[in-house]
Amino acid sequence: MLNNSTFSFQRFFAYFLKEYKQIIRDPSTALIAFVLPLMMIFIFGYGVSLDADKIKIGILLEDTSTEARSLANAFLATPYFDAQTSYDRDGLINALTGGRLRGVLTIPSDFSQNIKRGTQAPLQVLLDGSETNTAKFILNYAEGVVANWTLGRAIEKKKTTLPPITMEPRVWFNPELISRNVLLPGSVAIIMSLIGTLLTALVVAREWERGSMEAMMSTPIRIREMLLAKLIPYFFLGLGSMTICVILSVTLFEVPFRGSYLVLFLATSCFLLAALGQGLLISTLTRNQFVAGQISIMAGYLPAFMLSGFIFEISSMPWPIQAVTYLLPARYFVTILQSIFLSGTLWDLILPDLLAMVAIALFFFILTARKTVKRLD
Amino acid sequence: MTYTHHLRQAFTAWSSIKALIIKEILAVWRDKKSRFVLIGPPLMQLIIFAHAATLDVSNISIGIHNQDKGWYSHEFVQRIKGSPYFTHIYEFDNSKEVTHAIDTQKVLVSLQFQQNFSRLIHGDQMAKMQVTLDGRKSNAAQIVTGYLTMILQDFNREILIQQGVQVPDPIAIQSRALFNPNLDYVLYTVPCLVGILSMVLALMVTAMSVSRERENGTFDQLLVSPLQPWQILIGKMIPAMIIAMGESTLLMVLALNLFSVPFTGSLILLYCSMFVFLLSIVGVGLFISSIAQTQQQSVLGTFVFMTPTMLLSGYATPIENMPLWLQPFTNLIPITHFLIIIKGIFLKNMPTGEVLMHTWPMALIAVFTLSLAGWMFNRRLE
Repeated sequence: MLNNSTFSFQRFFAYFLKEYKQIIRDPSTALIAFVLPLMMIFIFGYGVSLDADKIKIGILLEDTSTEARSLANAFLATPYFDAQTSYDRDGLINALTGGRLRGVLTIPSDFSQNIKRGTQAPLQVLLDGSETNTAKFILNYAEGVVANWTLGRAIEKKKTTLPPITMEPRVWFNPELISRNVLLPGSVAIIMSLIGTLLTALVVAREWERGSMEAMMSTPIRIREMLLAKLIPYFFLGLGSMTICVILSVTLFEVPFRGSYLVLFLATSCFLLAALGQGLLISTLTRNQFVAGQISIMAGYLPAFMLSGFIFEISSMPWPIQAVTYLLPARYFVTILQSIFLSGTLWDLILPDLLAMVAIALFFFILTARKTVKRLD
Repeated sequence: MTYTHHLRQAFTAWSSIKALIIKEILAVWRDKKSRFVLIGPPLMQLIIFAHAATLDVSNISIGIHNQDKGWYSHEFVQRIKGSPYFTHIYEFDNSKEVTHAIDTQKVLVSLQFQQNFSRLIHGDQMAKMQVTLDGRKSNAAQIVTGYLTMILQDFNREILIQQGVQVPDPIAIQSRALFNPNLDYVLYTVPCLVGILSMVLALMVTAMSVSRERENGTFDQLLVSPLQPWQILIGKMIPAMIIAMGESTLLMVLALNLFSVPFTGSLILLYCSMFVFLLSIVGVGLFISSIAQTQQQSVLGTFVFMTPTMLLSGYATPIENMPLWLQPFTNLIPITHFLIIIKGIFLKNMPTGEVLMHTWPMALIAVFTLSLAGWMFNRRLE
């Protein structure tokens, strides 16, 4: 036998060159490197927003007194609601069940009488529970609007003084709470897990599927040389794609970038290592592209979307799911990305997350190495 | 040509398509691993994601930096501790600790009370409570501000009453939620996930089916077989439809039994609209399949389609939040309509008219995507 254990740079380089040319000639490479990041940035920049404003609600005026109108005007004035007033109960209810309104606020006929008597004057809000998140927003904001209105009226009539305690909120890193500033950095993690996990899983599974891994055994090239040659181009595709995302976010959408580009590249490299390792492991275990694709979506892409804290807050999830998120490199990467963009390089936050990603990457590579060796012996 | 001759021709055409369909289903089903990925991952995803997709904020970590020795700040902190939303409370001794805790995301929000806080209130002066929020969590920061405002308003009222000031009674809001009385977000997420997960599967199965044959070289064999291109297309379409419809049935059974999502509408209507929805998706899958040379390209194409589709469908964030110019485009996405239908039929007993109103756009999309796939398929063969 030829020497098994050594790593020949020459062999590796020859194979790398072949892979490199293959990828450059593949038209889908441009899709990965340019179209995908462009698309993501545009969607997150323009389309996706967590800032609930202009929620459509209806106000049913059963009472037409000045008090009732004044309260309705308070609702019309806030930017959170796109309110319309009406006297037609059935019309509003139909609009609510048909999904054209998300809530209906009823100002009951005895509203002003109750207020004048100084007793409780309950309002009714009917919500569309099938849009659960929106329904909760409406409830919270409506309470705020009503409380402000009550206070304002009382002060106007000199019935009360200013509140003894006021809140002075200061928001760090993102003073206007623009969700785009958070979503755009986070979307980098999604593209990276797509390139890192999914595409590598497929490209390596393909070699297993077609039997070229076994065929390679009769040639001098070693498996690790070959895998490395396959992974490196995707690593650089990922970095390139990340660069485009960052440039677009910062220039086009004016997301602040307060950290260091060097740390950003370091963090992305660590994440890509973990993602590539995951893709490699999946392909080694499945040896079938369809299966590898499905598993990568389940273990790489969708978790990066749903469980990374990118859109949905991790601390609000039930604890077993919170526990799962610690195993996901995307969780750490999203935190780092949001921090590097908005708060600068805070090593106390970034370092543990970097180490976690490296640990996950090591775990994947060691497991892959074991599985590969075992199967070929 | 006689009538029987036509009939026989139609029969042979059908039986050869049937052979292809059986072969397609076997190609996925025979392999133990493929069979597993058709069933295992979607079920796991449904269970995990059903509980993850909430924009609610709970289990909040809050920091307190209290320099005031008086009663008012102490009482306010007690109220925070009593609130169900704030579960982790940290006491800080100086502003450096506050900065560090927010920087490292140990806490999401921190309250600071100045030394003279209680004294000011005693002296009928206005006291300020500083609230520092982490803007990197823009959604959570907004909601937490809301919670704090609520607690503060109550507290303010009580202080005023204590001080002998006449305060108007607060106006209560009685809320009632239709279709989902407890505003349980699982009931919202699960029907949506049934649609999304079936879509992912239908796309992957069809997008990879032709490119797999291309890679393995069996596609040429198909071409020299007596099958017409349209027969091949139908032979690829029907198995994907069977698999995807089966998958969504499985997911729905889980939704009803495991998550106890109510089912108020018509099952037949749901299946009809699901059929149309999946047809439109299979059309997209076949189109991707007809351009892709490798399975990797197929998957890439799938994602170029799927990512905007999922993000703009109204599932993750409401369509109302999107800019006005973008909103009409969401109507071109099949799953936008299907999510309305599936949620409607599960939770709202959606009337037939409304279901049809959202089905016909999907039917149009299906006709378009399927013809596009057929046209592309033919062009590629020439």
